[in-house]
Amino acid sequence: MITYLFYFLSFLAIMFALMVVLSKNPIHSVLYLVLTFFAIAGHYVLLNAQFLAAVHIIVYAGAIMVLFLFVIMLLNLNKETEPHKSIWLKASAAVASGLLLLVLVGSLRNAELITAANPYNPSIGLIENLGQTLFHEFLLPFEVASILLLGAMVGAVMLGKKNIK
Amino acid sequence: MGLTDLLVYKGIMVLAVFAITLLVATYSTYAERKIAAFLQDRIGPDRAGPFGILQPLADAVKMFMKEEMIPSVSNKTLFILGPSVAMLTACLTGVVIPWGSSLWINGTEYPLQITDLNIGILYLFGVISLGVYGIMIGGWSSNNKYSLLGGIRASSQMISYEVAMGLSIIALVMTTGTLSLRDIAAQQYGWHWNVVYQPLGCLIFIICAFAETNRAPFDLPECETELVGGYHTEYSSMKLGFFLFAEYINMFISSAVISTFYFGGYNMPFVGRWVHDPNWLAVLGIVFLFVKISFFIFFFMWVRWTLPRFRYDQLMNLGWKILIPLSIFNIVITGFVMYFTGHLN
Amino acid sequence: MQLTNRSKVVSKKEMTLMERMYLPAIFSGMMITFSHFFRKKPTIKYPEQTRAFSGVYRGQHVLKRDENGAERCTACGLCAVACPAEAITMTAAERQPGEENLYREEKYAAKYEINMLRCIFCGDCEEACPKEAIFLTDRKVDTMYNRGSLNFGKDILVESRENPIDLSKRQTPAVKEFKKDMHFQHNQTHDLNTRTEMKSENPRPVQKKKPGNS
Repeated sequence: MITYLFYFLSFLAIMFALMVVLSKNPIHSVLYLVLTFFAIAGHYVLLNAQFLAAVHIIVYAGAIMVLFLFVIMLLNLNKETEPHKSIWLKASAAVASGLLLLVLVGSLRNAELITAANPYNPSIGLIENLGQTLFHEFLLPFEVASILLLGAMVGAVMLGKKNIK
Repeated sequence: MGLTDLLVYKGIMVLAVFAITLLVATYSTYAERKIAAFLQDRIGPDRAGPFGILQPLADAVKMFMKEEMIPSVSNKTLFILGPSVAMLTACLTGVVIPWGSSLWINGTEYPLQITDLNIGILYLFGVISLGVYGIMIGGWSSNNKYSLLGGIRASSQMISYEVAMGLSIIALVMTTGTLSLRDIAAQQYGWHWNVVYQPLGCLIFIICAFAETNRAPFDLPECETELVGGYHTEYSSMKLGFFLFAEYINMFISSAVISTFYFGGYNMPFVGRWVHDPNWLAVLGIVFLFVKISFFIFFFMWVRWTLPRFRYDQLMNLGWKILIPLSIFNIVITGFVMYFTGHLN
Repeated sequence: MQLTNRSKVVSKKEMTLMERMYLPAIFSGMMITFSHFFRKKPTIKYPEQTRAFSGVYRGQHVLKRDENGAERCTACGLCAVACPAEAITMTAAERQPGEENLYREEKYAAKYEINMLRCIFCGDCEEACPKEAIFLTDRKVDTMYNRGSLNFGKDILVESRENPIDLSKRQTPAVKEFKKDMHFQHNQTHDLNTRTEMKSENPRPVQKKKPGNS
C-alpha cells in the first residue's frame, strides 16, 4: 500500500518536474513547480514527518512560489520577449547538464541504502523530537543558518536601497 | 470502532462540516446585506420570503442563470482554475477545527472533528497560505490590468500579513504547548480562554485574519474605487460566485479559528455545573461555538461597514512596521512571563 | 462666516500615542454604527405601504364621459396647445348619425394620445379644457417594458361606462372654488360630480379671469 503510494507520488513528482521544464509559459512552470512541491510534501508524510511536510507547504508553496509567481506576473514574459539563443549556447548547455547528470549518476551508483535509526517509531518526525534534535544536537548549525539568513536579509536591503551614503 | 464504523462516522462528519460550511457561507451573504442595511438605517432585502430569508437562494439562481463569459484573450484553463482553487482551499480549512467535544455512543468516543492532526495549526496555516493562488491565477489569467493589479495586491498583502499572523500564533503555541487544535480547545475550559493570556496576540491575529480574508478595511484586492472589481473584474456567473463564496467561507472559518484559538472554542464557563451528561455537553458545546462564530461573523461585517479602506502604503506600513514588531515583542514578553512564572520546564 | 456651530478648526498637531493607536477611535466609530443598528428605519415598503398622496396629486389622465355616457372631448386641441411638453396629439372626426350616445357633440376625437414619457403632469390640459373632458386623477402611471406602450391612447385614457373614475379626491371644494370663476359657463350644467349644487350655488357667474392664471 505504502509502496504503491510512494511510486504514485514519485511518478507525480517527476512528471510535474518535467512539466516545469517543458511548458512554454513561465506561469505554468511555476504552477507545476507548486504541484511538484505537493508531491514532495506527500513523500514527507509517507516518511512520517508531518511537521516537515506542513512547513514545506507553508514555506515553499505558500510563500516562495507566491513570490516567484508575483515576479513572473510583473515581468510580462512571453514568446516575443524571449531572447534568441545561439546554437553554441544550446550545445554548451547540453554538455554542461549532461556532465552534471553523469556526476549525479556516478555518485548515486555507489550510494548505500541508509537505514533509519528507528524506523518504526511513529513520532520520529513530530515537532517535539525535531525540536529536541535541533536545539540539542544541532544547535550551532541551526543558529549559524539563522545568521546566514540575516546576512542575506541585510544584503537584500543594501541592494534595495537606491543610494547609500 | 470497526473500519466500517470509522468510515461511516468520518463520512458523516465530512458531509456535515461541508454542508454547514456552505449553509453558513450562503446565509452570511444574507447577513452581510441585512447588517449593512441596518447599520445604514435601511431595511435590506425583504422581498424573497419572510424577511427576505430566501434571498441567498434567489442570488444563487441568478448566479447560475447568468451568461458566462470567458474573455477571448484570457488563458482559459487558468481562468477556470482560479475560482476552483479559491473555493477548494476555502473548503479545506474546516477539517481540523474541533466543532465540539466528543459524543459517546454505546461506549465509543466520537470526536466532533474530522481529523485531529498533531500539526493542526500548521495545516491550517499552510492551507490559508495557498488561498492566494486562486486569486493570483484568476487575476493574471483574465489578461486585464485591473485584474492583474488586484491579484498582485492580494498576494503581497497576504504574504505580508501571514508573517505577523504566524508570529502571533507562535506566542500562542508557547503558552499552549501544542499544535493540535483539539488540545488547544480542551485547555480553555471555564474561564481559561487564551485571550486572557494573549490579548495582544489575539488582537494581532484578528487584524491579520481580516487581511487574510481580504475583508474591509483590507479589501484592497477588490477595491472598486480603484480597480473596478479587482481580481474578479472579468468573472461572471458562478465563477464570480465561487470567488465571492470563497470569501464568505474564509470568513466563517476565520471566525471559527479565532473562537477556537482565543475564545474558548466550544467551552463555556459555568455550564459544567448544571449539565453533567457528556453528550449534552457536546451538543451545547456546538451551540456555544456557533454563537461565538456568529458573533465574529457579525464583527467582521460590523467592521466592514464602519471603517474606511486602507491606502496601500498604509496597509504595508501597518503590516511590516507595526504588526510584525508588535508580534515579536509579544513573543518576547510571553517568553519572559513564562520564564518568571515558572511555566517553562 | 460661521454658518453652524459644528465647524472645527483644522489642526495639524502631532497625534498623541493614544490617538496613534487608533483603537479608541475605531471603537467609538463602531459604537456609532452599532447605535444605528437599532434605530427606527425610515424606509417605506412601497407596494404594501404607500405614502399619503397630497390632496392635489396629479397622476394619470382620464377622458371623462358625460352623464349619458357620451365622450365629452370635442378634439378642440386646446389641451395640446396648452401642453408645455407637447405630449398630447389628437385627430378629430365628425360624428355620424346614430353615434349620439357615443359622442356628446358633433365633433369628437377619433384618436387621442398622451405620451406619458413627455408628460410632466403639470395639469395645464385640465385647466385648458373647455369641455371638462380631461382631468388628472390620483392614479399612478404604470411602468411598461417599452417606450411605445407609454403612448397612452383612447383605450386607456377614456373612462369606462361601468366604472367611471371618481374625481372627488382631487376636485376638492377648494379646487372647485378656484376653478369656478374661470371656466366656461356652458359646461356648468354638466359639471362632474357636483353638477346640481354648482348649478344652484352659482347661477351663471360672470366670466372673468383670475389674475395670474392664464
